[in-house]
Amino acid sequence: MSLKSPPKKNKWSWRSQAFRGLVYQLVAIAVIGLMVWFLASNTLYNMRVRGIQSGFDFLSQPAGFSIGESLFPFDSAESYWRAFGVGLSNTLRVAVVGIIFATLLGTLLGVGRFSRNALVRGLCSAYVECFRNIPVLLQLLMWYLVMTEVFPPIQDAWKVGPFFLSKGGVNFPIPVWQAGQAWAAAGLVAGVLLAWAYRLWAKQRFEATGIARSMVWAPMALVVVTGLLGWLVGGAPTVMNMPVKGEFSVENGGALTPEFLAILLGLTIYTAAFIAEVVRSGIASVPAGQGEAAAALGLDRRLEIRLVMLPQALRVIIPPMTNQYLNLTKNSSLAVAIGYPDIVSIANTAMNQTGRAVECIAILMAVYLSISLLTSVLMNWYNARVAIKER
Amino acid sequence: MSAPTFQPIPPRPAPTNTEGLLAWLRSNLFGDWKTASSTIILGGLLLWFVPQFLNWSLVSAVWAPDLKACRAAEGFGACWGVVAEKNRLIIFGRYPFEQQWRPLVATLLMLAMLVASCMRPFWKPWLAGAWLAVLVIFFVLMYGNTLGLAKVETDRWGGLPLTILLSALSIVMAFPIALVVALGRRSDLPAIRAFCTIYVELIRGVPLISVLFMASFMFPLFMPQGLTIDVLIRVLVGITLFAAAYLAEVIRGGLQAIPKGQIEAAATLGLSYWQTQRKIVLPQALAMVVPSIVNSFISIFKDTSLVSIVSLYELTGALDMAINADANWKPFKLQGYLFIALIYFIFCFSMSRYSQWVEKQVNISKQR
Repeated sequence: MSLKSPPKKNKWSWRSQAFRGLVYQLVAIAVIGLMVWFLASNTLYNMRVRGIQSGFDFLSQPAGFSIGESLFPFDSAESYWRAFGVGLSNTLRVAVVGIIFATLLGTLLGVGRFSRNALVRGLCSAYVECFRNIPVLLQLLMWYLVMTEVFPPIQDAWKVGPFFLSKGGVNFPIPVWQAGQAWAAAGLVAGVLLAWAYRLWAKQRFEATGIARSMVWAPMALVVVTGLLGWLVGGAPTVMNMPVKGEFSVENGGALTPEFLAILLGLTIYTAAFIAEVVRSGIASVPAGQGEAAAALGLDRRLEIRLVMLPQALRVIIPPMTNQYLNLTKNSSLAVAIGYPDIVSIANTAMNQTGRAVECIAILMAVYLSISLLTSVLMNWYNARVAIKER
Repeated sequence: MSAPTFQPIPPRPAPTNTEGLLAWLRSNLFGDWKTASSTIILGGLLLWFVPQFLNWSLVSAVWAPDLKACRAAEGFGACWGVVAEKNRLIIFGRYPFEQQWRPLVATLLMLAMLVASCMRPFWKPWLAGAWLAVLVIFFVLMYGNTLGLAKVETDRWGGLPLTILLSALSIVMAFPIALVVALGRRSDLPAIRAFCTIYVELIRGVPLISVLFMASFMFPLFMPQGLTIDVLIRVLVGITLFAAAYLAEVIRGGLQAIPKGQIEAAATLGLSYWQTQRKIVLPQALAMVVPSIVNSFISIFKDTSLVSIVSLYELTGALDMAINADANWKPFKLQGYLFIALIYFIFCFSMSRYSQWVEKQVNISKQR
């Protein structure tokens, strides 16, 4: 048997893997390029034939429609730019508030699944199963229906303390801005700075001496106390803008529209069910031995949770939690179904008025993509902080 | 010095009862004062609330489609009469009334197929063929125009059949796309990897509603002049592309869990790329992610409710249409919502139970 040298490889042969890979990629690029060209040329042709104008110049024209609620004043004579800005601010408002509430509620429910009390365990899992398995759109519609049908008309609004509840939403007292409030605000800012410094110091002491100090309650107390001090220094202003029931509406005070409340409630309740599952699986992922080892080292229950269980659970919790935050933000687009003027509903109106579907949908997608990317970046940064430090 | 005498210590008391109802109650509801107090508070709330709810929803409820009785019971009893009156319209939408046996049969067939797809003995190559056959039968039954069946345009399809059609068809069509995209994202070829990554991240970054807007407003512009595509098909394409991106991530998760040694072993055996994927990687990866695939299916099933925003009358849209059209029954819309919420819940809950069961089955081999 004679040894034969392997056949010389030809670089440009079909049998070379690198060559095949190159061909596959070129084919893929060609196919996708052709597809894009086909769709784009069709679109341009169709737009020309139907006389549809294109371009983003419409953004500077007056919008011509008014918006039910906005964080800053908006008038129908103002441009589409500002209309989209109002929509974006409304989307972000509901998303941010919703994320905070959903995290709080979801964490409570997730931790509740480990309660020693069977009733708490059962109720938490019933909540999760119930709200997770019904479409969020349906839940939003139901909450909106409850807000607008079950509550009394605005003329005879329910009065709960200084709050008014009616089909017109919730009216509540807001403090009137006075010079004294500035002191309170300054106190709060100082408190936050102090709390931050305290945490740094406490961490340093912990590293040096091993004595763990309160990292949550003491800083929080610092913030509250300095805020109160500032408020007292400013002369303790207590003037509130109270809502008053007028003949046809509730006047003065702050107000939340039923649309905002419905979407906030719906998104919070729906997302909390998912967050509860995320938290539960995160806690369950920490092996029982870790807790036992902590107890063997003499840590009490609170320190055990803070120093041993939580850091390990957070690693598992954060990535799926990011997904839930993104889901909540994306689901806020369902506001269009109940008439909350978020960016989708503004884009929808603009689309119907100007006929520039391509541009409006492009804006919509660009906005959501940037929000998603931004949230991912923020959460990845936080995730990198809690991840296992490996060499 | 005397020898130490044996002094027995008194025996420990026998452990208190640790089994049975009483012991369970003691350890689970009245363990310490914290547990006991929360039991009392929650139990009190439940005792106050649950009977009221049962009274409203069952005892004082009006079950017959009797408008007068419903109005009389308003405030203390639910009016399920609205469901009794409108159930055909809610479940089948605007489908011609005397033809509604067709969507019924078609839906039952589709459901049977879905249930069969959930069972392991049916996970065979011919399942794909069976799906094709069932889909053809489904469309023939629903659309008609052959075999002596009257033609029913797609804009009259609605209700539960449409919900099931949209979710089942989109997940079935999304599956092959997702498979290719998931493999593409792990490919060594940079251009293909880039395309797949861009596709997945683009779709996952935007809400479904914007994809549906695109399908219903922009899709007609994409097509060559003179070619109009039914809105149902356009929406179906939109949901499919959306579902494919999420499903691709699920499958990629499974692919990543396959140890590299498996692929190297396949390479030493001389298997080509596709042989390796088909015979070694995918069977293991897919078996691992079946629960996640079912979960994607659940979320697509729930997400189909969004098509009511682009004026297709699936279950949610059909309910709106059925009740908004009739001013008499409009005050009882909440009960209608609760009814379809129950339908959604039954479907999603049973699917999630199934996915938990599969998860256990998959893990059986790993348990000792």
